[in-house]
Amino acid sequence: MPIRCASVRFFACLCSAAAFALAVGGCANKTETSGGGRTPSGDTSNTITIGEYGSLTGDKSTFGHSTDNGVKLAIQAINAAGGVSGHTLVVDVEDDAGTPDGASSVVKKIITSSKPTAVIGEVASTLSIQAAPICNAAKVPMISPSSTNPKVTQTGPYVFRVCYIDPFQGTAAAKFASGTLHAKKAAILTDAANDYSIGLTKFFTESFTRGGGQVTIAQNYGKDDVDFTSQLTQIKATNPDVLYVPGYYGQVGPIAKQARAIGLNVPLLGGDGWDSPKLIEGAGGPGAALEGSYFTNHSSMSDPKPTIQKFVSAYKTAYGGQQPDSLAALGYDAVGVLVDAMKRTAAPANGDYASPEYRTKLRDAIAATKSYQGITGTITIGPDRNAVKPAVVLQVHGSEYKYITTVNP
Amino acid sequence: MHQLLEQLLIGVQIGSIYALIALGYTMVYGVLKLINFAHGDVYMVGAYAGLGAAGVLGTWLPGHTPLHTLLPSPFGAILVLLTAMLLCALLGLIIEQAAYRPLRTRSWIVPSLVIGGASGYVAYGIALNGNRTPASAIAIGVVVWLGIGALLRTTQSRRTVGTPSRLTALITAIGVSLFLENFGLLPQIFSSDQRFIQRSQIVTLPNRVSVLGASVSVQTLLIFGLSLILMALLTYIVTYTRIGKAVRAVSFDADAAALMGINTNTVIAFTFALGAALAGAAGVMVTGLTGTAFTPYVGVLMGLKAFVAAVLGGIGNIPGAVVGGLVMGLAETLVVAYGPSVGIPSTYRDAVAFFLLIVILLVRPAGLFGRLAPEKV
Repeated sequence: MPIRCASVRFFACLCSAAAFALAVGGCANKTETSGGGRTPSGDTSNTITIGEYGSLTGDKSTFGHSTDNGVKLAIQAINAAGGVSGHTLVVDVEDDAGTPDGASSVVKKIITSSKPTAVIGEVASTLSIQAAPICNAAKVPMISPSSTNPKVTQTGPYVFRVCYIDPFQGTAAAKFASGTLHAKKAAILTDAANDYSIGLTKFFTESFTRGGGQVTIAQNYGKDDVDFTSQLTQIKATNPDVLYVPGYYGQVGPIAKQARAIGLNVPLLGGDGWDSPKLIEGAGGPGAALEGSYFTNHSSMSDPKPTIQKFVSAYKTAYGGQQPDSLAALGYDAVGVLVDAMKRTAAPANGDYASPEYRTKLRDAIAATKSYQGITGTITIGPDRNAVKPAVVLQVHGSEYKYITTVNP
Repeated sequence: MHQLLEQLLIGVQIGSIYALIALGYTMVYGVLKLINFAHGDVYMVGAYAGLGAAGVLGTWLPGHTPLHTLLPSPFGAILVLLTAMLLCALLGLIIEQAAYRPLRTRSWIVPSLVIGGASGYVAYGIALNGNRTPASAIAIGVVVWLGIGALLRTTQSRRTVGTPSRLTALITAIGVSLFLENFGLLPQIFSSDQRFIQRSQIVTLPNRVSVLGASVSVQTLLIFGLSLILMALLTYIVTYTRIGKAVRAVSFDADAAALMGINTNTVIAFTFALGAALAGAAGVMVTGLTGTAFTPYVGVLMGLKAFVAAVLGGIGNIPGAVVGGLVMGLAETLVVAYGPSVGIPSTYRDAVAFFLLIVILLVRPAGLFGRLAPEKV
């Protein structure tokens, strides 16, 4: 009886389709929250929702995870101390997978569906530049913990950051190269599709040549490139004293390895895009290709300052002994600056922390931040909505980043 | 002059990798007239298989077994390479059996096991994420598995057997490719994190050796040398063994070969396994020796370029694939090295490679070594 047989099978298919729909439905109901442990769209009477977007997966995933850990640690600390005028902070985290499209779509989603008071993110400048106009148009204050490209805050009055910007970071690297390393000739290898990398290259070149140095060669690579030996061979022929690689950790490690393989043994110099626990793994492990190379960063986690050491131990307790990086500290500070501004803003009369009036007042309060004592230093938001802070230079030493010097603005 | 030589060697190194992958494209096209777009993803799986094999040999085995001393050593490194090739050959077989064979015959058992199993696993993961109990998640997974299996069996039994249209096969290939990438992205499979193979843990090598007075990078020599060995092996198999002769016969005329008593399905399966093994070897060699990062998407661009290399050399033609790969690698390297001095930015490396394809196809539509055959009616 073929007809009956087929209908039985058809029924089985229907069953499986139903089971699949059930499973998918179960997933859709799940919202990532922490802190108050409530869904952000639910009860708004005694919670304040903060949106966060970051690269939790993809080629920059350690950036997203570090920042997220820092943000959550700050929120736990604030909630444990009674929250903001009796309200518990809740964070709605969305993963943008490290892609520009992802960043704009998840930020739109956060703003429309969870109605946050403010938004925190991103680390990568390219992604912050994508999302900043969306926050600015919706008049939701956005604080980038660690995007250093100048364009990020030039978007509009609602976009802030708690870190320094690339003109300063590139200059600091150039000063360090000529001052401390006594380099006369520098070569540069830039990620040509990355706003951050292009910006740093420009400011490094300007400052280094102004200081009497010479940029012997500037080479480029692409986001998906895996082989850099051809560029490195050209670089090696110019005999530089130092190689400036202002890229992200995922490609810096292999670049270092391939540089050593072709016999280019000068120190590498980089920016805060190097700051990742995966940097050394990519370079072949501790003591391998990147040993003795330097990078500019926001803060040093080996700094004996009590604020930093307190943060390091709290972080290690919360995340099973994991060592924090600067991006985690900046995530912590971004929340700190936001909450500091909230405390200086009158609580909304109707209890709606996501109302346009409250967000506007909050924006003004963030812009007026003066001498906030953060983990990464004293934060004052300047007229162009950037923080003015010194940079530190770290050296790769085994599996640690050793503090070398501080460069002041 | 010395520098030009060095750049040319780098070009040969990159080109021989393209050639290894292009061979898989060209052989499958030869026997099946199918562009197997999932081939680039076999390269990706090869990289992960190498990482896994290095992990098993290096750390998982208990200290007292004789195997523990295998890594780092050249013997261990070859074992890692062979393991990855074997796993990729197996993957090639599974891909052919689960995705392409059902288009030609009424097979449903392997597709049900593989496609159903994978869907069931995804459903299980989703259910588990949705805070369901493990038991109910397993139940959901099994139901989905059985459901898809039943669906495949029903649809396959109603099908008429025949040659599938080219378009159906092509879309299936793209589907397999997307499936491999996205299945690999699952956190329980490979996840989207970058991975590295640490060369120092597999084999200790000097960075450079001196050959005839010139200092040459060891990774270049090894990649080129191993590729040459593999290509020689392939040539031997295709030229002198029975199965190789069968491959050529099927490639020449599949119907006539079948009439002469050649089991075309076996030949096709063998071709897939052989091509996949070469792509897997390429994956391990690149990630293991040059130390580049890899994610489940690493095969996309690699596969695309190798495909271009195959077309450039004349798809279906084995020496053509090798020449095409080398041309691509050299063109790319020369653009990166000398492009900037004549005004071509080094980030145009891919654009130039594809431009080269257009030019060659305009001059020789069948590729460098291809022969234009009139369409049989």
